[in-house]
Amino acid sequence: MALASEKKGAMVIGIHENSSNGGEFELRDVSVTYGSELAVAGVSMDIERCAVTALIGPSGCGKSTLLRCLNRMNDEVSNATVGGSIKLDGTDIYGKDMDPVELRTRVGQVFQKPNPFPMTIYDNVAYGPRTQGLRQRGALDDLVERSLKRAALWTEVKKDLKKHAFELSGGQQQRLCIARALATQPEVLLMDEPASSLDPISTQQIEDTIAELKSSVTIVIVTHNMQQAARISDWTAFMLRESMEEPAALVEVGETRSMFTNPGDKRTEAYITGRFG
Amino acid sequence: MRTRIRRAKAAQTAAMVLTGLAAAFIVAAALYLLAIIVMRGLPGVSWEFLTQPPRGQMKEGGIFPVIVGTLALTGLTAAVSLPVGIAAGIYLSEYATRGRVTRIVRLAISNMAGVPSIVYGLFGLALFVNLMGFGKSILAGGLTLACLTLPVIITATEEALRQIPSDLRQASLALGATRWRTIYRVVLPAAAPGIVTGSILGLSRAVGETAPILFTAVAYYKRQLPTSLLSDVMALPYHIYIMATQVTGRPDEIVWGTALVLVAGVTLVSVAAAGWRSLQRRKVRW
Amino acid sequence: MARSSTTRRRIGRPVSSRAADGAVRKLITANGLVAILILAAIFLFLAFNSQRALQEVGILTMLTGREWYPTIGVPRFGFLPLMAGSMVVTLTALVMSVPVSIAAAVFVSEFATRRVKEISKSIIEFMAAVPSVVYGFVGLAVVVPWVKEVFQLSSGLSALSAAVVLAFMIAPTIVSIAEDALHAVPNELRQGSLALGNTRWQTTYKVVLPSASSGVLAGVMLGMGRAIGETMAVLMLTGNAAILPSSVFDSVRTITGTIAAEMGNVVQGGLHQSVLFNLGLVLFTITFIINLVADLVLEKQRKRWRR
Repeated sequence: MALASEKKGAMVIGIHENSSNGGEFELRDVSVTYGSELAVAGVSMDIERCAVTALIGPSGCGKSTLLRCLNRMNDEVSNATVGGSIKLDGTDIYGKDMDPVELRTRVGQVFQKPNPFPMTIYDNVAYGPRTQGLRQRGALDDLVERSLKRAALWTEVKKDLKKHAFELSGGQQQRLCIARALATQPEVLLMDEPASSLDPISTQQIEDTIAELKSSVTIVIVTHNMQQAARISDWTAFMLRESMEEPAALVEVGETRSMFTNPGDKRTEAYITGRFG
Repeated sequence: MRTRIRRAKAAQTAAMVLTGLAAAFIVAAALYLLAIIVMRGLPGVSWEFLTQPPRGQMKEGGIFPVIVGTLALTGLTAAVSLPVGIAAGIYLSEYATRGRVTRIVRLAISNMAGVPSIVYGLFGLALFVNLMGFGKSILAGGLTLACLTLPVIITATEEALRQIPSDLRQASLALGATRWRTIYRVVLPAAAPGIVTGSILGLSRAVGETAPILFTAVAYYKRQLPTSLLSDVMALPYHIYIMATQVTGRPDEIVWGTALVLVAGVTLVSVAAAGWRSLQRRKVRW
Repeated sequence: MARSSTTRRRIGRPVSSRAADGAVRKLITANGLVAILILAAIFLFLAFNSQRALQEVGILTMLTGREWYPTIGVPRFGFLPLMAGSMVVTLTALVMSVPVSIAAAVFVSEFATRRVKEISKSIIEFMAAVPSVVYGFVGLAVVVPWVKEVFQLSSGLSALSAAVVLAFMIAPTIVSIAEDALHAVPNELRQGSLALGNTRWQTTYKVVLPSASSGVLAGVMLGMGRAIGETMAVLMLTGNAAILPSSVFDSVRTITGTIAAEMGNVVQGGLHQSVLFNLGLVLFTITFIINLVADLVLEKQRKRWRR
């Protein structure tokens, strides 16, 4: 009982204190089960606030599955269950007091393929704040402008905010999705291979945006591209599913620089030197 | 070897000609149907015909109250079947989990679509006319037609919703929107063209039905317009039926004219709806 | 880049919207079950209203009775002439419609160019949209005189006239469902057969048609269900004589025609009304079984090509 109230208090303080410098995750023995199949098991790691953490590994190694645990999007897959504990700023996000819908306003997500809503640019960015009940025109205008600036899209679209989002190019659409996620003012931003469907120039722009953002938001990014992980991340976690019979697991996690120059595990070395995956 | 190939090719030509003739025959029958309704119906249709009530034991005058009656029935049918049908379509596409219940619901919906319209008429008579005491009325007839239209609207809604990529739903949920807000603000607006068109096609079928309203709504002859939902009404399909079989000595063009009005109404609305949808599709591509 | 505290305030979604989410889910789920509810209600209401007939006449007497005289002093409520009437009309219509419709579906799916395909499909769709009462009226004006003259009958109102019109009415159903089934056969199968040196026609009847056979069959069954349940056109064209027919040239009275013609003139709550409800129950049961089997066949067919 005492513990529960302590948790609650911690959460409230957490929101205020951390509001300008992201959130931090603490994963302990996290596992994911689809139906009866264990997909990911035994993941324990910390995710540092206001830093970029990259999840790398070959396809099918559970990176995206793990990512979706962090904002409970796995709840939307009806037969997925998550074990172990995941704490955001000290609060168990799978605890009884945590509403997944509210959690997602604190932990935003950008998807692999740009997925703007079929509405105007402005309405796309304003969608999240409006969901939270923000109606005043002035405040909404400010927030939209600020979010678009943070996503480095403002100068390109400021003249036609009323344009349909589908008229933007692929790279612009993805930055719009980033702006849309930022408009809910999340502490953490999850990115699931955000540049994998984009051309090199757009990819460069997204990477620049990420570098800008990390001063104010914690970023967790799943990427297929090891050069990208090396370029943009502070921390790197390497995941691997060694065979179809075994669940995916975390091989190692460490500072990106040392991981890429001096990997601690043979399998990590094999992967980053391109011997498989 | 040569002859084998030649024979196979001959068989292919014969098959193409025969199946082509079959298709041409059906298409020709449809065109003949269209042509005869238009050619024989047009002489009977005039401004007066559309705006005057029938006179002289229905052997003269127009079909104005008949048109109004059909519009009233259709309006009520839409008012009842659209909300229920669209909600059921949303359930199947957005909420239902794969399992036994969903499977039974699906079987029930497609089975409902095959229940004979006269059986809906009996059902409406027993439930709405007698048990609920609505009598022969727009209300009873509209509710009966709504039951008949539901499966079409449900199926159309579900299909339109399934066309919407799941990326959009995920994006909205990830922004902290609830399931319902996601459906209401993102999924439904995107699927609206498909839902509207499918619903109009379903309703246009209800407009032409006779058997379900035979015992639940229609009047043989009623000069005055309906005053409430509990009035009985004249209706286009029933008017064609009685004029064709029970009114002796009537001029043919009144019946053909009524048939033309009914068929044209149903077809034009459907064509317009389909055209609007393809226009919307061109605007937004997934 | 720090967020100012004014906009940082967590507005928090209104509690009502979270409660609304649950309420909406319940409401929508309730609507989702409406189809089951209506089907069950149809059965129950028909059964409930048939009670008097079941008690006073008995189901066996009705199903095996060869006479239908509902309004004489001691009424006879035998369904056999009516069921025979429905059978004759439906089977004759199927015999005429099925070969032509399946052939047309094969042409549209396998041989037609895209343009021809689109045009013929929308014309056939128009055919499906024409109300049955209009078919009945056109049948009266065109088919009945034609049948009378060609077969030298005293009256053209006969099982044959109704069957001819029905054949056209059910053609769109059979064509479109059969065409869907053919279209769903994966192209790899066609290419595999063509690569073995088969012509397109050989491919069609050796590979495509057998693969799609259950879907085609389901189309035929749904067409049959539609024919049995069709009311207005049949009512207007068969002549409505309630006797056991000896040939397709006889006037017949179908189950649907009987209900439509007589329900308007019965005493509310009387025995005749109850018998008509029972007749409706028989019709509902027949079509329910046909539709269920067709749906199960279609479901199986669909699963086959998934993956």
